[in-house]
Amino acid sequence: MTTQRHDFDSAPFLIEELPWHPRFSLRVRPGNRAALAAALSLDLPTAIGQRATAAGAEVFCLGPDEWTILVDNAAPLVAASRNAYGQIPHSLVEISDREITLRISGAQALTALTTGCPRDIEAMPVGQGARTLYDSATVTLWRDDRQDFRMDVWRSFLPHVRAILDQVMVELRSGL
Amino acid sequence: MLLIHCPYCDATLPESEFAYAGEAHINRPADPSTLTDEEWRDYLFIRTNARGPHFERWRHVHGCARFFNAVRDTVSDRFLMTYKAGEARPDLTAVKEAAE
Repeated sequence: MTTQRHDFDSAPFLIEELPWHPRFSLRVRPGNRAALAAALSLDLPTAIGQRATAAGAEVFCLGPDEWTILVDNAAPLVAASRNAYGQIPHSLVEISDREITLRISGAQALTALTTGCPRDIEAMPVGQGARTLYDSATVTLWRDDRQDFRMDVWRSFLPHVRAILDQVMVELRSGL
Repeated sequence: MLLIHCPYCDATLPESEFAYAGEAHINRPADPSTLTDEEWRDYLFIRTNARGPHFERWRHVHGCARFFNAVRDTVSDRFLMTYKAGEARPDLTAVKEAAE
């Protein structure tokens, strides 16, 4: 799927639905983290909200024992996990279809997100992220640049989140 | 809105990311079948209902999803401290002094 981008100056921000991408949820106890990271040849950051980018993979630490992994090619990761499973107890679950990713960028992207997020997003360092709330839906927020975010929304909450963001777009455009 | 310090995220975050989960430090009896009805009732339903500092569980449900414990003053609604689940109940006088 290709998304055509129109970056009109009048648009306060841009919402794009990103195409499907393999996504995994990894759970492993802190004691086994380092061994599993080596077995999967991934960098598993320990600080919540931190992200690590390697060739073809993005890792996001969501909790003390929980990571989200985006990979371009799922097969090697699944194979490595299967090989390590006997020695290192862990859980690697594909969740590609659970969430839809919205990319929110543009001059007022930050303002748009503050309408629904209770957290201080402005203070979030670029290159990090957080699992937080948008209105009443749990979302995973990735900050890629100052005004460039990705937001993973559970697909059943997407119409609700989209409706609010569309309303925010109208309000920002009319100068409210 | 209350601001709550999550001991796992090590950040002070808005209340709407959290969920209250009842009183803390209530251990499930090892063998419920040996308990009398009164003892089982007390375990299930009887709570401190403290006026002042109260030990309670919270969950950072829209965040790291961990349960943790907190000491909150039920009169002022101020959080005196939060600590990880599984840690021993802190000494209340030390907690009060540290919060002042």
